Amino acid sequence: MNSVRREVLKAGGGVTVMALAVSAGLLRPEEALAQAAWNKAAFETRSFADTVKALGGAAAVENPGVRFASPTPEIAENGALVPVTVTSSIPKTESIAILVEKNPNTLAANFVVPNGTEPFISTRVKMGQTSDIYALVKADGRYYYAKKEIKVTIGGCGG
Amino acid sequence: MGEPMRIRAQMAGDKVEVRVLMSHEMETGQRKDGGGNIVPAWFIQNIAVMHGGQTVLSAQWGPAVAKNPFMHFRFAGGRVGEKVSVTWTDNRGDKRTDEVAITAG
Repeated sequence: MNSVRREVLKAGGGVTVMALAVSAGLLRPEEALAQAAWNKAAFETRSFADTVKALGGAAAVENPGVRFASPTPEIAENGALVPVTVTSSIPKTESIAILVEKNPNTLAANFVVPNGTEPFISTRVKMGQTSDIYALVKADGRYYYAKKEIKVTIGGCGG
Repeated sequence: MGEPMRIRAQMAGDKVEVRVLMSHEMETGQRKDGGGNIVPAWFIQNIAVMHGGQTVLSAQWGPAVAKNPFMHFRFAGGRVGEKVSVTWTDNRGDKRTDEVAITAG
């Protein structure tokens, strides 16, 4: 079943094709949803401003309610494994994205934070070189950010 | 479908503290192998964490999330013994779900 599904995804990739695949019984609805939900355009952006647009915002403003917390480093010895923690004290925080400006593509991850979940996320990203990283928060439909430079000693995207 | 995830869901006050460590290459698609050929991108794209039929966290990831991804977050409304499940789907269509019971803090 999976090989069929992959062919379908490769061939189409569009929502219409997905819908056809669901109606043809090739995909269960929840699987189609999970696949269709991935925002390809946002993950192909190459700048902060373009990522904000691809995620549906017009512009983002810097706001002290968005913060990088420990253990986000000043200097990362290993760019392949950079811990990043973001908190938001902005009411109605809906999502928290992590962006690395000088990576080949800017957007690293976008976390959706439902009601009842603390606006806090800790994860680890790759950084190809020293760069500004952004925490981009969507709250009540508006976009806010914090920015921080992390110096990278050994890049994490080479090889 | 990948190695099992390591998940810890532990009460911390009135919240559940969740830590997840996944086993995945998270290949960027930028790297070249010994023969100079690009190693194709292979990475987790979608994550969903469920508790009691509700999504308590979901995420979309690109290949810049580090190999063997880690995430840590907290949600309210869970009790000791209730289940927390984590599901990932990668860009090859592979999928994995693992589940743990919430433990006392």
